[in-house]
Parts: sequence; C-alpha cells; structure tokens
Amino acid sequence: MDEKKHVQKVPLVRLSKRTSIERWKAWTIRGVALLAALIVCGFVITAIVHLNPIQVYKAMWNGTFGSSRRLWITMRDMSLLLLVGVALAPVFKMKFWNLGGEGQLLMGGCATAAVMLYLTDLPAPVLFICMIAASMVAGAVWGLIPAFFKAKFNTNEVLFTLMMNYVAIQLTAFCVSKWENPYGSNTVGIINAQGRQGWMPEIQGAAPLITVVIVLLIAVAMFVYMKRSKQGYEIAVVGDSENTARYAGISVSKVIIRTMIISGAICGLTGFLCVSASSHTISTAIGDGRGFTAIIVAWLAKFNTIGMVAISLLLVFLNNGAVEIASQFNLNDYASQMITGIILFFIIGCEFFINYKLTFSGKQKEE
Amino acid sequence: MDAIISLFNAAVVFGTVIMFGAIGEIIAEKSGSLNLGVPGIMYLGGIAGLVGAFFYESSVDEPNRLVCVIIAVLCCFAVSFLGGLIFSFLTITLRANQNVTGLTLTIFGSGVANFFGGSLNKLAGGVGQISVSATSSAFRHGIPGLKSIGGGIGQMFFSYGFLVYIAIASAVLLSIYLKRTRQGLALGAVGENPGAADAAGINVTKYKYLATCFGAAISGFGGLFYVMDYTKGTWANDGTIEALGWLAVALVIFATWKPYNTIWGSYLFGILYWAFFYISGLTRSSQELFKMLPYIVTIIVLVAVSMRKKKENQPPEALGLSYFREER
Repeated sequence: MDEKKHVQKVPLVRLSKRTSIERWKAWTIRGVALLAALIVCGFVITAIVHLNPIQVYKAMWNGTFGSSRRLWITMRDMSLLLLVGVALAPVFKMKFWNLGGEGQLLMGGCATAAVMLYLTDLPAPVLFICMIAASMVAGAVWGLIPAFFKAKFNTNEVLFTLMMNYVAIQLTAFCVSKWENPYGSNTVGIINAQGRQGWMPEIQGAAPLITVVIVLLIAVAMFVYMKRSKQGYEIAVVGDSENTARYAGISVSKVIIRTMIISGAICGLTGFLCVSASSHTISTAIGDGRGFTAIIVAWLAKFNTIGMVAISLLLVFLNNGAVEIASQFNLNDYASQMITGIILFFIIGCEFFINYKLTFSGKQKEE
Repeated sequence: MDAIISLFNAAVVFGTVIMFGAIGEIIAEKSGSLNLGVPGIMYLGGIAGLVGAFFYESSVDEPNRLVCVIIAVLCCFAVSFLGGLIFSFLTITLRANQNVTGLTLTIFGSGVANFFGGSLNKLAGGVGQISVSATSSAFRHGIPGLKSIGGGIGQMFFSYGFLVYIAIASAVLLSIYLKRTRQGLALGAVGENPGAADAAGINVTKYKYLATCFGAAISGFGGLFYVMDYTKGTWANDGTIEALGWLAVALVIFATWKPYNTIWGSYLFGILYWAFFYISGLTRSSQELFKMLPYIVTIIVLVAVSMRKKKENQPPEALGLSYFREER
C-alpha cells in the first residue's frame, strides 16, 4: 500500500488488476491455497488435541468415502448443497445478492411437509406432483418478495433476503409446534412412518440415487439455460451493466424478478428433497445451513457448475470428515466449522492473487 | 406493575446484547464494510471472555472480582479485534467479497466458540460444562446504593450489570463522534464515496481497517455480555448467539445507521421478543410467531426507508464494495 505522507518513496508493491489469467495458473493458485490451508489446519488440530494431523485427515477420508453407505451419504449431501448453489448462481451473476437461500429452502420444506400431512390419501404420482409444486411455489414466493421491492424501490436485497431467512425459520418453528407429534415433543416426528406416503422411493443399495440424478439434471439444465438461452444472456448483461441492459431494451426489473423466482423455486425444491428424500420430517434444521454455505460455494466457483461440484465436495468432505473425527476422538463436531472456516479464508484470500497482479519495485525480481 | 418491571428488565438485558453488536456494526458499515461476520464475532468475544475468566478462576483459590472482569474484558476485546482483523485483511487488503467473507467468519466464529465452549472443560481435564460464577456475579452487580431505591425505580433502572450502561454510553459517544468530529465525518465520507475521500487526502485503507476492527471489538462485547449476564457465566451450544447476532445486523437497519436509535430500538426488540412471555393464554406455536416480530419490523423499516428515499436514512453509498484506487 502506498502511503500518502511519503510521496517520494516508491511503493514496495504495486497492484494492478489482471485482465485475464490462464486457467491452469488460476487452479494452481487455488491448489496451493488449499494445501496451505490444510497445513495450517494440521497445526491447529495438533495444537488443540495433540493428534497426528495425517491420522486425522485419514480418519476424515474414511468418514467420507470409507464405505459405500458413507459414499452415498456424501453424494447426497454434496448434491443438495450443489442444488442450492445452482439456484443461487444465476442471481449472483446478475449482481443480486440472494442471501435468503436458507429461508427459501425451509419454506419449500414446510410446503412439502404440509402436503404430506394433509393430502396423505392422494395417489402417489399426484401426491408427488403436489409436493413438488407446493415446494417450488413456496420457495419462489419467498424469493419474489425481496426481488419485487428491489426492482420497484431498489430496496437493499442483501439485508432483505437475510431477514427473510429468520422470518422463515420462525414460521417453520410455528409449523413444527402446530404439527407436533406426539403432543408436547416439539418435533414433528417421522411423517407417514407407516405408509411412507410422499417418501422418495429408494433404490436398493443406493437410497439417495434419485436425489443425485434430479440434482444433476437440474444442474445441466441450468448450465444450458445460462449459456444458451436468451434469458440467460439477459442475466449476464444485467450483471455486467444495468445501463447497458436498459439501453439494449432489456427490462431490468423483469429480469430481476424472473430470475429470483427461478432461484427461489429451485431452493424450494431442495427443501422438498430434504424432506421427502432424506429427513422425512420438518424442523428448522433440515436446511443444515446449506442456504448459507451454498452462497460461498456459488461465489468461489465463479458460478461455474464444475467448480461448484468441486467446492461442494470439499465442504461436504470437511463436514462429514469432521463428524467422523469427532466421534472417533471424542470431541464435539463444531471442530468441522472451525476447520471449514480456516480453509475458506484461504480460498477466499487466494482469489486476490488471481484477480490482481503484484509488481515488486526496485531491484527485486518480478513475480 | 411487577410484570412490567420484569418485562422491562428482560428487554434491557436482551437489548444490550444486540445493542453492542449493532453499535460495532454501525462503525464498520459507516466505513463501507458490511461485516456479516457479526454473529461470529459475538461468538468469538463471548468465548474469549469466558475462557479467560475460566483459566483465571480455576488457577486461584479466591478469585478477585476486579481481576476477573479485567481479564474477561481484555480477552474479549483482543479476540474480537482479531476477528475484525481477519475480515479487514481479506476484504480491504485482498479485496475479497464482503458477504462471502462475513458469512465465512460467522461459520468460523461459531465453530471456534462452540468447540471450545463445549469441550474446554474436557480438554482441561474436568467434567461437565464450564462455569465462571465469580466473574459472572461481578458482571451482574447492579449500581450499589441506587439499585435499592424503592418504588421499582431502582429495580427498573439501576439493577443491571455495568455493561448495560457502557452500551448506552458508547451509543451516545459514537453518535457524537460520527457527527461532531473531523475523524467521524471523514469516516462517513469513506463509506459514502471512498474515491472522493481518497482524493481529499483521507487514508481510506487506514480508516476502513480501524473502523472494522474496533467495530468488531465492540460487537464482541455483545457476546461477552450474553455469556456473563444473560446465561450467567455458562456456555450452551444452542446457537442463540448466532440468532442474536443477526438481530444485531437487523437493528442497524432498523436504526437507519444512527447510534441513538439503537438504544431504544434494542429495548423495543427485547420487548417484542419477550412479550409472548407476559401475554397469558398464548400457545407455544403463537409464541414462535411473536419471535418473528423483530425481523418483520426490520423488513418494514428497510422497505419504508427505500420507498421514502430520504437522504439521511439511506445505507452508506459504498456499503459492501471493496475500494481499489485504480478502478474507475
């Protein structure tokens, strides 16, 4: 940083924005950052619990990929996280900060649970269509509210979507205590445990297979939508410059509202998958913070679908791995959040070296 | 009357937690840093104070209350400041995105705090949860002499721990600082238009760093107050600090970035949050709806402010943006 007071002094480091960087260079930088992060985490682990970090990482690997059951759970968690990321990426590309994924997901989950509870007697295909439709509508409405005010009055969407999460959490808590079963437990319990109405069918040996397939299909569809469709192009233009978009005759508010409806609907669908395919109940914890984590996933991957897969996998590995260490070494599993935090700091920080070029002054060699 | 006093007491204690968080966040946001790591920082501040006091209390037989308080306050200040420093380094020097960095800081802070809060005693070779009764009672000591004034007045105004009064004082001081001092006005300029501030000879980087770090340190006291006063010197891994941290972010909006408004705003949030407890005949489910009120009120304020477009109620113009001098 150059100091104002010493005008004569040549700054030690000069910053300039890179116009472009080769893909391999960018990924090398990210790889080095990840490695550095793992080493730092190793030190932290050793300092706190006096365990060999290599052993700890090995235990984490086992916890995530160790058996076919664990592998499937990892796949399921990864695809749910990825789906929220896929939902958020287009709005982020539009430079609209949808921090409300968690709330949209919860609303989708609530709607799914409501259909499962009240329309139990419908034939299975109709029931599923109702569940999916209800979850998507609920999520879309939750996304539409802040989008409408942003488009109409330019209300700050970061803060609005953030607040909508907490309204959704309280609304879910309200539903939970309305539907509680047995009475006084303050949990809904497993919904339709007897007849399994509205449960996603399980394929032998690979229970979450359908979830994974659905997520992959949506991810591919979104990729095509963003790259090949007119609407996807409009999103990119609005994100680059609203003025350009207006000049080209694109209605910015229409794009904002439409994209947020899509985003909210996909988040709602994630809520449907959480309820119907994995938890079979509704609580404020079904989202498991995915709505927040996916923000980081989408942003770090620069909205690139493959990148989102990689980062989701890394985060799920850290989380499930840490749960495994926690139970093996008798610690509490919040350690995973700590490690995730440290690793994300490194990955977030390394973007700087991808976006900016440092030039050292004086006789030092250039880098 | 007793019910009113007790609601007021609950609201003040609740409000003070989020008031500290909001005051710190106002300083940071005035410089253009939208620090969504407030919940994480409150976690860090709370656990640091608790751990500091825990080690002091368990190392001496007769803990001196003043030393307890000093240690807890210093630990809280230092660790929350460091949390702010992580955020500042990433967003100001490395120009990372503020939303993403803030959310990560929240994940990190809650991980650190719940990890140590839940297992510190085990790591230190003890059993059960940590508890720092001496420090907590020192924090909760009301104003001697005044708190026994009759007629409910002592109970209503003078029975709180000293941090309650410090929170009010810091809101007042911050307001004076922002409006009446050269530095405060410069800080506002940095948040509104860093390019212009830079051209006017204000060191943007320095202001942003100091505002974000000191803001974080003040937010951290919200966590300390929660641990020492609200939960009386114990730790629970129930995520309450995180929920309160987001309420602190909400309070900043509700107060339209004015420190004075945080004083009554925080107590109002406290009343809204606790009102269900004093209304008889409420079911558990409608209580959950009551707890939604602070967030709904905040959204209404946010929308109303953006609809009326009054200049002095808007968020700082450059809120959430990194500043790079060469970028136009």
